[in-house]
Amino acid sequence: MKPKVGIPRALLYYYYFPLWRAFFQSLGAEVSLSGPTNKTVLGRGLKQAGDDVCLPVKLAFGHILELAGRVDYLFLPRLVSVAPGEYICPKFLGLPDMVRQTVDGLPPLIDTTVDLYRRHSSLWPTFARTGQRLKCGRWLVYAAYRRALAEQGRFESLLRAGRPPEQAMALAARDGNEQPPETAEQPLVAVIGHPYNIYDHYISMNLLQRLRAAGVRPVTAEMLSEETVRREAATLPKRLFWTLSRRMTGAAFYYLRDARVQGMIHVASFACGPDSITGELIERRARREGHVPFLNLTLDEHTGEAGVVTRLEAFLDMLQRCRGGGVPAAGPCRDGAPAAGTEETAGRAGCALPALVPSAAGGGNFR
Amino acid sequence: MFCRPAYKQYDDCEVLPVKVTFPHMGHAWICLSAMLEYLGVSVVVPPPSSKRTLTLGVKHGPEFACLPLKLNLGNFIEAREAGADTVLMAGGCGPCRFGYYAQVEHAILEDLGHHYRLVVMEPPQRHIGELLAKIKYVTGQSSWWQVVQGIRFGYCKARAVDELEMAAHRLRPREAVPGATSAAFKDALRVVVQAGRPADMPAAVARAREIMAAVAVEARPVLRVGIVGEIYTLLEPFANLDIERRLGELGVEVDRSIYLSEWINDHLFLGLLRNMRSRRAACRAAAPYLNHCVGGHGQETVGSTVLYARAGYDGVIQLLPFTCMPEIVAHSILPRLDIPTLTLTMDEQSGEAGLVTRLEAFVDLLEQRGKRRVSLPAAAPA
Ligand code: SF4
Ligand code: SF4
Repeated sequence: MKPKVGIPRALLYYYYFPLWRAFFQSLGAEVSLSGPTNKTVLGRGLKQAGDDVCLPVKLAFGHILELAGRVDYLFLPRLVSVAPGEYICPKFLGLPDMVRQTVDGLPPLIDTTVDLYRRHSSLWPTFARTGQRLKCGRWLVYAAYRRALAEQGRFESLLRAGRPPEQAMALAARDGNEQPPETAEQPLVAVIGHPYNIYDHYISMNLLQRLRAAGVRPVTAEMLSEETVRREAATLPKRLFWTLSRRMTGAAFYYLRDARVQGMIHVASFACGPDSITGELIERRARREGHVPFLNLTLDEHTGEAGVVTRLEAFLDMLQRCRGGGVPAAGPCRDGAPAAGTEETAGRAGCALPALVPSAAGGGNFR
Repeated sequence: MFCRPAYKQYDDCEVLPVKVTFPHMGHAWICLSAMLEYLGVSVVVPPPSSKRTLTLGVKHGPEFACLPLKLNLGNFIEAREAGADTVLMAGGCGPCRFGYYAQVEHAILEDLGHHYRLVVMEPPQRHIGELLAKIKYVTGQSSWWQVVQGIRFGYCKARAVDELEMAAHRLRPREAVPGATSAAFKDALRVVVQAGRPADMPAAVARAREIMAAVAVEARPVLRVGIVGEIYTLLEPFANLDIERRLGELGVEVDRSIYLSEWINDHLFLGLLRNMRSRRAACRAAAPYLNHCVGGHGQETVGSTVLYARAGYDGVIQLLPFTCMPEIVAHSILPRLDIPTLTLTMDEQSGEAGLVTRLEAFVDLLEQRGKRRVSLPAAAPA
């Protein structure tokens, strides 16, 4: 019988699910994903996790509980680092322990460590150990690893082309040559936030869909190449050591200089540590440059949908007025904007995510 | 060789005279200013952290920044008013926020119009050359030998202060006259602060010990409680609302999981001094529960709690600033450990009244439990 491996639809699912899914499926396992976030899932997470924990981690607990009863293994890698010299967030480092110590009746956890902190480290050891846990032969594991990297590569180029993660995941699995999405001449609004906040429909209160419905095209950090965000983030006084936050900050700086971007929405989690630092850096830069209207949304479990919608509508109205050429009613408007960035938003070379995949091209590091 | 080097003038170069300040963290200023002044650096110690410091930090700092960042910021604003022009701070390379404190604070100060020179000491594991260059920059013409002597002097002071604190922790629950320990501690601390040269230290330490020894005590049963958590909140009485004194007055002998000199040994001397408690033991003890470093002192918090449980302590109190990431990870694990724990989250709204009530309730609980433990030795852990 096929073992069932559960993967929670939370946290870095939005970045790495295709990698994990392809790997487990190639090993002959069945991958079971928790359902989309809803009130019940969130409610269970809130009950289980401590009060002080940030919303995304609480939500992850909810998804884990949803899976706990119906899978043979729970895949919960310890994500220490996905890029040299960088971490993600202390909570990612401790998540498997937090879960193991607080949730009863868990299936066995597969909590292999992903640690690319040192230069030239590779993902292979992580996958090798994961394969061992499932008692698979080394060659089978290696083949699965290569397939996983290939699928992740496809996924990342779809992301870069402007697909939202869940769409890109579906397309990457089919390996089809899809038409690129419509990119009509629409005003752009940059949405800067952790992927697990902005792409979760329930948590973000359909922010991206609302923007599209209002006739603007949301652009995010995931649509920029790693080089671009790195170059932009390098203008900071010190290298940021959190991968997600570095990407968000770099992307924000890039979009602040892109003449087509008409507004910026920063989405933060209540009580998120890294956001409190990078949000400050981004907002200060935006204010200093002063020509892109900026909206800060902080999400927590008590955020009322009505309040968010009102603020969003007011913000969009303001953008509209700016576009109409009228005098801005509130906040600054673009005047004498700097030249557009040097890159197109779609169809860039390079890799959207920290160097996970490039190594796929040149032989696996069999260590 | 112990004499003070003459004050270094910068008038022959483009660098302006440097008046160095640093953020407060409990009694760390004693050790830092001793070291810098020994090296002829002029130091502006920020006024002790106060309500005003906090108000300034909260007003200008990011809303969800942790409490230490806000207090640091307040310290810098107040030190600026006292004439400081250079900030000396430690850095870090993650995963915790502390590594980016200096840069964010600097950006905020710049926007406020307080132009500081920023000297960040990044951890020596990485760019040792850069660190040495920065030390040279701050200390001017001092020779390396003098720098080493200065560091030794500062460390000596840290040891002395820690010894006094430990004595106060032991005496306070047993003192015959309420308040006598705290008064003696203040006097003894002043003696240590006033020792201006390394050669004065032995006499000052002896005198301080005498002062502490003169506190009259009574033999009475006391509870023993370990205090763990985020280092700044542990070391800074203003941030923890003077919890050690309050517990002492409730009849509790406290032990703090980390003292300044231990921190210096772990982080500046890279644990080279062997004869003292080190974070390695705590991390080893934490491994079954939290098997990876999570930044800050998260793993040490879990490990120290395990060690306190093994050592037969009555309870453990965890202190953390609101939104502190490593301690939140630790917090979710503490209830699994076989010892009663109380977690106190400190932020700008923490009030004394609430704290006192919670401490009293916790102490009551420990007393009840202690009695039960005595009468029913085989009782299952509560
Ligand atoms: S980065 Fe922020 S939101 Fe994400 S886990 Fe860490 S604290 Fe939570
Ligand atoms: S350990 Fe906690 S309080 Fe200290 S910098 Fe990190 S998050 Fe802030």
